[in-house]
Amino acid sequence: MTLPSLLQQSIAFLEPYEFSPTVLLVCLGAAVLYQRGWRRAGGGRGQALMFWIGLVAMYAVLQTQFEYYAQHSFFMHRLQHLVLHHVAPFLIAVSAPAAILGAGLPTIVHRHVVTPMRRNRLLRFLYAAIQEPLVSGAIFVGLIYFWLIPSVHFYAMLNVPLYNTMNWGVAIEGLLFWWMIFNMRAPGNTDMRHYGYRLMVLFLVMLPQIALGAYIALSDHDLFGIYAACGRILPITPLMDQAIGGLLTWVPAAMMSVVGGLVLVYRWNTQSRGAETPLPPTLRCAR
Amino acid sequence: MSRLKFLIPCLLPLLTLGCSGEASNSWNGHDITGVMPDLEFELTNQDGDRVTAEDYRGKIKLMFFGYTSCQHVCPVALSKLAEATRALGEQADQVEILFVAVDPKRDKPVLDEYVSHFKPELVGLTGTQEELKEVAKRYRVAFSYEKPRKDGFYIVNHSGAVFAFGPEGKSRLLIDDQAKASSITADLRRLLEQSKG
Repeated sequence: MTLPSLLQQSIAFLEPYEFSPTVLLVCLGAAVLYQRGWRRAGGGRGQALMFWIGLVAMYAVLQTQFEYYAQHSFFMHRLQHLVLHHVAPFLIAVSAPAAILGAGLPTIVHRHVVTPMRRNRLLRFLYAAIQEPLVSGAIFVGLIYFWLIPSVHFYAMLNVPLYNTMNWGVAIEGLLFWWMIFNMRAPGNTDMRHYGYRLMVLFLVMLPQIALGAYIALSDHDLFGIYAACGRILPITPLMDQAIGGLLTWVPAAMMSVVGGLVLVYRWNTQSRGAETPLPPTLRCAR
Repeated sequence: MSRLKFLIPCLLPLLTLGCSGEASNSWNGHDITGVMPDLEFELTNQDGDRVTAEDYRGKIKLMFFGYTSCQHVCPVALSKLAEATRALGEQADQVEILFVAVDPKRDKPVLDEYVSHFKPELVGLTGTQEELKEVAKRYRVAFSYEKPRKDGFYIVNHSGAVFAFGPEGKSRLLIDDQAKASSITADLRRLLEQSKG
């Protein structure tokens, strides 16, 4: 293969399979806000790297030819959701982007949109409710199960609005869940939500994912007939496709709980060590 | 007892709900009314004429994607559709089987002869790669070509489903490859009945 043809193929791969102005605008908007805020607030490099990898990964699985494969192969679909629901939101949330994105917003938006929203009691109540760790964990697992009910999955793969709802839903829900895990403070509360509580939720969401993944991977018949009906593009048998898809739901998805737990334990550890050594007086004033 | 009297009127609507749910499920295929877009395409038929979905208005359409060199899946699926249509008797002429051939290189020269093997004769449709991909994308189906063997023969991966459209081109049913000819006939009868009313 010559270099120009390789280049041509790579560019063709980067073209969206189904162009969505909404995805493009949301990703571009987040990118511009983050870059502006990062310059103003002076965030860390490691932090920025994680945010960018997360954002680019989300865009890439939705707006390249990857999407074509995700529509026509079960395991590629599971891989897409692994990125949308687990890996990318995890990276974005662990990078603690709120302060930087906030700094990127123009003052006028802060005054007329963000502040009234923060004061709105209904919004505060709703936010606090969905950020309650057990509720958030239940929604996280519930969504995975819901979209994998064979009859629901069937229509989701055929109907474009339903398909988009599914993908947007898991991406937004993923952000909310991992945000709850890594956010330092409980909503509307100055106290820290206890690390132990969040660790427990991480452990609890792992179990049903393992059960579902194993059930799909070890199933001896084709659970999701829609892929046979609409054509598999990779030369792979239906059961092999399903087994890999099940494994992706089983192992890496559940592993993200372990990685999240390690991050929490590390932060817990550094924080409690920080609490033992008294802060120098100047820093105490700054706080 | 008084509680029971109160409960019965409350539960009755649920009972009827259950019945109506059953009625809409009595299709043998999957009901996709409103789920997928209306029939739309611009392709070339077996005689080399340009045709669109409008040309088949007023008839029930069964659309299947395949290729003429296909040795097992396509002939079986297409004969099954033809058999299901023949079983309609006099009403058979109100159904059109659209065979979208997705391997234009090998399909174009033989399409005319291929479709005449079936009774009733199929409508063979082909086009450029772009035209075929557009139709496939619209119905969220895929096709791809495998690497040629030594003798030059290559397999085309394609969808197994049949899409049924109403007389006005509305998407109605998705029939999977496991369906029996008799159950397809039953579904066709029902579609025809509904299109009369």
